[in-house]
Amino acid sequence: MKIGIEIVALGLFAFMALVAAGFGVDEPFRQHMWVLFFVLLGFIAILLRNTSFAPAAPVDPSAYMDGPIRYGAIATMFWGVVGMLVGVVIALQLANPDLNVEPWFNFGRLRPLHTSGVVFAFGGNALLCTSLYVVQRTCRARLFGGDLAWFVFWGYQLFIVMAATGYLLGITESREYAEPEWYVDLWLTIVWVAYLLLFLGTILKRKEPHIYVANWFYLSFIVTIAMLHVINNLSMPASFLGSKSYSAFSGVQDALTQWWYGHNAVGFFLTAGFLGMMYYFVPKQANRPVYSYRLSIIHFWALIFLYIWAGPHHLHYTALPDWAQTLGMAFSIMLWMPSWGGMINGLMTLSGAWDKLRTDPIIRMMVMAVAFYGMSTFEGPMMSIKTINSLSHYTDWTIGHVHSGALGWVGMISFGAIYYMVPKLWNRERLYSLRLVTWHFWLATLGIVVYAAVMWVSGIMQGLMWREYDEQGFLVYSFAETVAAMHPYYIMRAIGGAMYLSGALIMAWNIAMTILGHQREEEPMPGSIPALRPARSGAR
Amino acid sequence: MGLMDKHAIIEKNATLLLVGSLLVVTVGGIVEIAPLFYLDNTIEKVEGMRPYSPLELAGRNIYVREGCYLCHSQMIRPFRDEVERYGHYSLAAESMYDHPFQWGSKRTGPDLARVGDRYSNGWHVQHLAEPRSVVPESIMPSYAFLKDTPIEVKDFSTHLVANGRVGVPYTDDMIANANADLMIQADPNADTSGLEGRYPRAKVGDFDGNPQQVTEMDALVAYLQMLGTLVDFKTYDEAAGYR
Repeated sequence: MKIGIEIVALGLFAFMALVAAGFGVDEPFRQHMWVLFFVLLGFIAILLRNTSFAPAAPVDPSAYMDGPIRYGAIATMFWGVVGMLVGVVIALQLANPDLNVEPWFNFGRLRPLHTSGVVFAFGGNALLCTSLYVVQRTCRARLFGGDLAWFVFWGYQLFIVMAATGYLLGITESREYAEPEWYVDLWLTIVWVAYLLLFLGTILKRKEPHIYVANWFYLSFIVTIAMLHVINNLSMPASFLGSKSYSAFSGVQDALTQWWYGHNAVGFFLTAGFLGMMYYFVPKQANRPVYSYRLSIIHFWALIFLYIWAGPHHLHYTALPDWAQTLGMAFSIMLWMPSWGGMINGLMTLSGAWDKLRTDPIIRMMVMAVAFYGMSTFEGPMMSIKTINSLSHYTDWTIGHVHSGALGWVGMISFGAIYYMVPKLWNRERLYSLRLVTWHFWLATLGIVVYAAVMWVSGIMQGLMWREYDEQGFLVYSFAETVAAMHPYYIMRAIGGAMYLSGALIMAWNIAMTILGHQREEEPMPGSIPALRPARSGAR
Repeated sequence: MGLMDKHAIIEKNATLLLVGSLLVVTVGGIVEIAPLFYLDNTIEKVEGMRPYSPLELAGRNIYVREGCYLCHSQMIRPFRDEVERYGHYSLAAESMYDHPFQWGSKRTGPDLARVGDRYSNGWHVQHLAEPRSVVPESIMPSYAFLKDTPIEVKDFSTHLVANGRVGVPYTDDMIANANADLMIQADPNADTSGLEGRYPRAKVGDFDGNPQQVTEMDALVAYLQMLGTLVDFKTYDEAAGYR
């Protein structure tokens, strides 16, 4: 491998980071540039170790490029465990505020770390590696652009590290799920455009005439996120050597732009992309074709058209004009149908293979994911109805809803895809242990059930307590009393989250052992091998 | 079915698929967001709104930095219980200079849209440093370090300039005096007449109980104490605002 230019370029960037660390106008920015400097030094060290002066080995253009995908699978597991761990920590902080450590580990700085950690680091890496895996195999083409895939992978990890360390240092734009400041946003824009080129370029050199349905979803996810990211993060830095920038929009316009972004981070990052995953890995694992081609066409176009309109339901009864709120609610309710189109297509793909639910814990995980997708895409439209939203908004019900989608749908389908890919990527005969997958499945499922049920109770209780009047017409509860009432639920929620995290830890162990080439000696899954019974003569 | 067969054209052409999906996803945003920038009735006409003073803006930046918006909304909805608990429902005009908005999406703690003037400066300082010493049920983290952190001013006028570039009407006078205004608003002995002329209804004086130094606590409390105080609802005419 000859990577001289890359090393020189990284050295230049490291030097620029050092200069910025010296001349930055605010303390967080200087600290952040020191972080960047040392991260870039680390990259250089890795590249130096891998460089060689021998002529590069010729690349087989017909072979798939799986190196970045292997790294991506490991990164998915790593960031998943980190992001979920931070989630459990902040859940415990709400149950016991003494666990806050000011200033770096206060709830307000850790929560973006949790949300970005699970959405962009875990979910993002899952999307990145599965999309590159799927696009090569469904197009029968090697990834486009040579080392471009490596740039996308490492560039994305750099984005994650800069975003995460920035939050702890207090560098944030305060736009939910788009918190990184202007210079990190610019970097992500570059990486994302490279990702689009990589993905589209691979499709363009495909050997299959048709573009497979999974790639429609991946492609629309990549291009829509590019649009949302650029527009939502338009801002004016106070200094090009400082961390602080001011949003291009203000008040009402800023709020709707942010939630247009925020809801479609859910709609495209956490839904369309993961539907792409479902459309490849569920048929593969079940060994059945996708249930309905027509349904996939209809629900694809309907889904991407309708999702964009749903943002205003995050702003019901606010100062946003009523017409926009009503429009957002109407489209959110319509969105129920294409969402269930996807669920039906996923579930019915198992027609004729339902018996696998008993014997294959990976299929079980994928089916549970699709079931949670159906559940939360029913709950979402329901919560977008203004009268229901008047109760649920600002409460833990919203948090519960997000988690049934994120833990149930996004988490489970990613786990299923990783369990499917890892033995193939490392040429292993099978996973280290299928029984551990069963353990993971049950811990995760029960964890979500605990989490969601507890948040329903606490959220609805909170909403009702806020609006409770006595017979004389006075408010019954002070705000502080409603906070105290949440305490037991916050403890139970942390337990639900910890169950889910422990499932992910079991998975990390299972995946690590699979990669290392071990196979656990264990009883086969019940029912996976038909029990042999001796034939009896004279049987009727 | 003829239409479905035609879909094969898109399935075989990556550029068509890319452009088609991009067009489809732009519609909703254009119809919903773009009109907010030109429809006059999006933002009411009210008296009293003005840009943040430099100290308030610095405090607001600390509010953003610490992620206060993750647990506190600044958006009172027009419901009986919210209006009784927090005050008049929030107007669009009240966040017209907010880059970015801080409406929030969760109330782990109470709404803060009108917290200004509700508590003394001393209460805020005590509450931020040790929340449970004044509200036993509180689950808020401690922010005692703000008292010990002097506010970092290299050149605060750049912050006003940046806000000006995105539409906040900061005057040349305000920008020229930004650094001085930032310090004197928290100085109990300074002449603040110029500041109060530039920023009507600005609260002045020592906020954090330590007149020797302008700290991040001064800035944050100055911001909290002005929240929701600019529009005078005794004279606000709802019918005039509703267009």
